[in-house]
Amino acid sequence: MKVDIDTGLLNNRVMANDIRLSTNQLNLYYGDFQALRNITLDIPERAITAIIGPSGCGKSTFLRVFNRMNDLITGVRIEGRVELDGIDIYDKEIDVVELRKRVGMVFQKPNPFPMSVFENVAYGPKRHGIKNRIELENIVERSLRQAALWDEVEDKLSQSALALSGGQQQRLCIARVLAVEPEVILMDEPCSALDPVATLRIEDLMRTLAENYTIVIVTHNMQQAARASDMAAFLMMEDDRAGTLVEYGPTAEIFTNPKDKRTEDYITGRFG
Amino acid sequence: MSLATRQVSQRTAFGFLIAATVIAVVPVLVIIGVILVNGAGAINLEFLTQAPSQAGKAGGIFPAIVGTFYLMVGTLLVALPVGVMAGIYLTEYAGDNRLTRLINMAIVNLAGVPSIVYGLFGLGIFVLAFNFGMSLLSAILTLTCQALAMTVTTSREAILAVPADYREGSLAIGTTRWQTVRHVVLPQAMPGIITGAVLAMSRAAGETAPILIVGAAFLLPRLPQSIFDQFMALPYHLYTVAAHVPGIPDVTIWGVALVLLVVVLSFNVTATLIRLRTRRRRYSS
Repeated sequence: MKVDIDTGLLNNRVMANDIRLSTNQLNLYYGDFQALRNITLDIPERAITAIIGPSGCGKSTFLRVFNRMNDLITGVRIEGRVELDGIDIYDKEIDVVELRKRVGMVFQKPNPFPMSVFENVAYGPKRHGIKNRIELENIVERSLRQAALWDEVEDKLSQSALALSGGQQQRLCIARVLAVEPEVILMDEPCSALDPVATLRIEDLMRTLAENYTIVIVTHNMQQAARASDMAAFLMMEDDRAGTLVEYGPTAEIFTNPKDKRTEDYITGRFG
Repeated sequence: MSLATRQVSQRTAFGFLIAATVIAVVPVLVIIGVILVNGAGAINLEFLTQAPSQAGKAGGIFPAIVGTFYLMVGTLLVALPVGVMAGIYLTEYAGDNRLTRLINMAIVNLAGVPSIVYGLFGLGIFVLAFNFGMSLLSAILTLTCQALAMTVTTSREAILAVPADYREGSLAIGTTRWQTVRHVVLPQAMPGIITGAVLAMSRAAGETAPILIVGAAFLLPRLPQSIFDQFMALPYHLYTVAAHVPGIPDVTIWGVALVLLVVVLSFNVTATLIRLRTRRRRYSS
């Protein structure tokens, strides 16, 4: 669904009861360096939310807050609250493995495992305990169909995933995520390594997936954000290089009628 | 500088570089050649399958071949799993702090400890303190201590060489760290790990000093009956026949050297082949 612009926004809070993810007064530090400052926003479900901003402003770091991938880096510290369906995902009781099953992630560079196409998609379900071959085959076919890849790889399931083209590899990575039935899919510049045709295919796919999934995408590409997203968050570095949220709202608003001068400068290509 | 002088200095440099290369390669080739020429005459079925008699002057070297084989397999059985597990812990779990860095440095430096020091350690710990006696077991454990420096280091390096993309891809769909290591990282790192283990084995096969004081027998014309028995080994047997048995035919000494060389080199070649094969596979995909 499209987020209705007329539902209105108040302090970056979506005034609707369909919030999937939210952050409140989020600060993130790498050791002494503050990478994100005071970010508060709500991400609606079954919609595509784009995070845009110049290089180094903390877009990827912000995205990785939602599946706690930053935990892998030593010295990362978080203040504030991050919620998935109203539950604090940084609470001590939260199982990170379970969280990442619900909040999947697709990376900048397609990273299929050096195994067959089938094994790539079946990897997650297998690790989560599904052993039945027929069940696995069903999951693999369903996930590949969802990722709009089935027709191209139907007869190549046992071949190495590394033999696929870049665009196919990225859709395979999306299928790999879909196979564990997440609720949210995070995408970190998923098209930056792809050619324009492959990029458009991924965007089409995102639109279809948004009917059932909550998608958050980091992108460098203004056109992509304008074309493919429902909501857009513009992040920028402050003087001390900490990323802050400049403006957040429905994509149409941000691109046609930005409230902040810096947003306007950025989307019209005056800097960044 | 004029063009002519520059070309002269270029040629001079070339000359020195080529000379250095020749100096480096020739001794190896000569050693192999001399051993081949002198030792080939000793190699026959009896030499390879019979026990020595008359203090090694007659008979064969079968117990020494078998003893060396036992040492290699035993060392591999202990040093490979321990090395891999320690390598996994140090790369995937330990985190990058001062203690880990200290441990890594210590392990790398273990490889530089003279082998006779390991031997003395083995004598004190395995032979005497653990009361394993002068035995195959003591020798295997002593060589393992030495081989661990290599298997831990190569395992660590092979695991570190697996791209972070794969780890993230796996963790990002809700797998545990161990599942990621077990199903994505280890299969990728395995060729490197195996290469290191094979090289460690070939070094264990060639060691003389440490086994000398923890269990190798001067002359034991039978196979070891258990891991608590003493044993013969090729490098020590070579030392014995060369230095302590007067009147032994030269060809026998060269023969022992040739067999030892073939054993050690064949392991090195295996390691190289494994490495080449994986490199080719990685590039072709």
